[in-house]
Amino acid sequence: MRTQTVTPDRSPLTPERESFWYLVHAEWTKFRTVRGWVVAVLVTIVAIPAFAFVSTSRGNSCAASSGAGSASAVACPAQPTGPGGEPVVDAFEFAHQPVTGNGTITVQVTSLTGRAPVVPAGDVSDGPPAGPGGLDPWSKAGIIIKENTLPGSAYAAMMVTSSNGVRMQWDYVGDTPGLTGSVSASAPRWLRLVRDGGTITGYDSADGTHWTLVGTATLPGLATTVQAGLFAAGSSDDGQFNTMATGVFRHIGLSWPATGWTGTNIGGPNAVPVLGTLRQNAGTTSVASFGDISPAAGAVYGGGGQPLQDVLAGTFFGLILLIVVAAMFITAEYRRGLIHVSLTAAPRRGRLLAAKAVVIGAVGFVAGLVAATLALAVGMHLLHGNLQWPVSLLTEARMVAGTAALLAVAAVLAFAIGTIVRSSAPAVAIVIVVIFVPYLLVRPLSAGGRGGGWDLQITPAAALSVQQSVPRFHQLIDSYSLQNGYYPLAPWAGLAVECAWAAVALALAFFLLRRRDA
Amino acid sequence: MSLTARVAPPRYLPGQALHAEWTKFRTVAGPAWLLAEVVALTVAVAVAAASAARCRSATCGIDPATVSFTGIYPGQAVVAVAGVLAIGNEYSTGMIKLSLTAMPRRLTWFFAKATVLTAPVLTAAALAVAGAALAGRLILPGKGFTPAHGYASLTSATDVRAAAGAVLYLTLIALLSLGLAAAVRDSAAAIGLVLGVLYLFPIAAAVVSNPALARHLDQIGPLPAGQDAQATIGVHSLPLTPWQGLGVVALWTAAALLLGALALKFRDA
Repeated sequence: MRTQTVTPDRSPLTPERESFWYLVHAEWTKFRTVRGWVVAVLVTIVAIPAFAFVSTSRGNSCAASSGAGSASAVACPAQPTGPGGEPVVDAFEFAHQPVTGNGTITVQVTSLTGRAPVVPAGDVSDGPPAGPGGLDPWSKAGIIIKENTLPGSAYAAMMVTSSNGVRMQWDYVGDTPGLTGSVSASAPRWLRLVRDGGTITGYDSADGTHWTLVGTATLPGLATTVQAGLFAAGSSDDGQFNTMATGVFRHIGLSWPATGWTGTNIGGPNAVPVLGTLRQNAGTTSVASFGDISPAAGAVYGGGGQPLQDVLAGTFFGLILLIVVAAMFITAEYRRGLIHVSLTAAPRRGRLLAAKAVVIGAVGFVAGLVAATLALAVGMHLLHGNLQWPVSLLTEARMVAGTAALLAVAAVLAFAIGTIVRSSAPAVAIVIVVIFVPYLLVRPLSAGGRGGGWDLQITPAAALSVQQSVPRFHQLIDSYSLQNGYYPLAPWAGLAVECAWAAVALALAFFLLRRRDA
Repeated sequence: MSLTARVAPPRYLPGQALHAEWTKFRTVAGPAWLLAEVVALTVAVAVAAASAARCRSATCGIDPATVSFTGIYPGQAVVAVAGVLAIGNEYSTGMIKLSLTAMPRRLTWFFAKATVLTAPVLTAAALAVAGAALAGRLILPGKGFTPAHGYASLTSATDVRAAAGAVLYLTLIALLSLGLAAAVRDSAAAIGLVLGVLYLFPIAAAVVSNPALARHLDQIGPLPAGQDAQATIGVHSLPLTPWQGLGVVALWTAAALLLGALALKFRDA
């Protein structure tokens, strides 16, 4: 009798069946064949853009500043817009004269002093320390060449500031540093602006002899005849224009024919008390003024427009649906016992976990991408002419891709937590709480106080910063609060925080899935 | 002699249903842990919020009760989980079939379930709120909430009313969750629905630019309405009076319980 080697009767494992993508395909089939989940994802895609209609609803009144919500119609306050279409504050005392063609203005600044804001007795100021002599850090005085005296017109200026040295600023958002240190009679600052067509170049000097180039501003389409002169502005702190700055000027040199200074209060929003004065004595000229020349970002903005991110507020609604689906993607397996079949078919548990995470993440990403694209398209149309800050195409792309990633990572996080706790209700509750509650808490906690927002830096809710559509400016002191559309973290940093949560949860899920009996 | 005469007809008394449900509740570790979490979370967040709060002037306008009861925000989610699981676990484990066989009067069973949930939740909520109020009472005076800034006492009748409002709010949320869970029969969907109802209204109210609409959202939503019941200062400028606020939450709860009862009665389990 001969012994025979018998090959065990097994179905052959083809390389195709061993591949990871085969597993992904299997998990995708599981996902798309559950009708409730597919419907939930489709509802997400519809709900996010649909909510844009609610969040941009204006009713019969302007919301931004009134807050308390009276039903009476309020005329929308207008915020001047700068050359780039951005809202600006342009309110200051301007000692000016018309100048035609190319030329130079030079001046020596010998002092910049201020009047401190009135603080009620017994109160402790919680703002940043005021600059020397009751000034805000960005209180300023200097020389300016400005298209005309209308608020929002193009300009370029050289100035001394109370805590930020000499600066050249132009068109409300441009800012570049010059000499450091503060100005005084013993350490005066010389400033110079040179106009050459549409280009204005700024120089500074400590002695009036040795000049250093500070910056060059291009003001396209600048008229031949413009206004040149001296200015001062107290600047603002968190939307409060409480500081008056006084600049003292000597040795004013004009290459154009001098026709004498005219003092004009450039107009501003209603909130700004523009009380400027121009004093001319022998040899010295002083300009004192409240107000500012700056972008109208943060609390300074007094117009009725809305930031573009408001149209994405439906994301919260979509998040709830996706979190429920993503958690069920694994907890339903445990509840139905399907996990035994899944692990029998794919015994390498880490691969199963990865395949499921890829599927649910991709579903979240695609749903978010479609929904956010639609929401922005609808929202841009709804907000037409009522947009608080113009948004570049690049920012829009970041908002769309960021929202897609935010939803995808939230789905993966919910899936991972579901794997860890193996029960739907706690998993869904945990993920919703860590994303929603920090967002809700920032408002009451930071009321009446500066800073805060730490819970939007360490929880997955930080990722909402990818939707921020309003810029912040180092040359504007503001709390940049959530109420005004600002998140404490930069867009991608916020998303990275959420990713870190998802990564840690996935690692723990991987560990537990391997160590525990299913 | 007939045999059937000796068997007493089943009487399905509410008292029996209550006893049976209470036995189920106390012999499972899950609910007790969840309620302990409610207390721990609410008090821990209260301590953190009170430590972070600052009142720097007489015009700071911060409601000390709002600070103390910050923990209600996450705490109510745990209460909601407890409420959802009270029904959801019956469905997910198939226990519902046994329960309804033993107690065929479904509404009796349902309201026994609701009653059995209410008592422990009320106790846990009272402990949580008392702990949170105590934390505020101990910490806040050192953070500028002093008589000089207009906070004469943190234990006035208004503060007691706010604390009672918070306890009742949490209890109503548990029952709201129970009702919705009975209506949708799935724990994941139910908790998503409950937390959506709770958290989406205040988020929507914060985002919409139409003040009239925002005010209505704050009046309709159970979470903002419940907060009106927990306020101690500026009560007159709130969208709802404290008792109106609690009334709105009670309406939501009643609607959810009604929905759950109807679904239970007219649908196969």
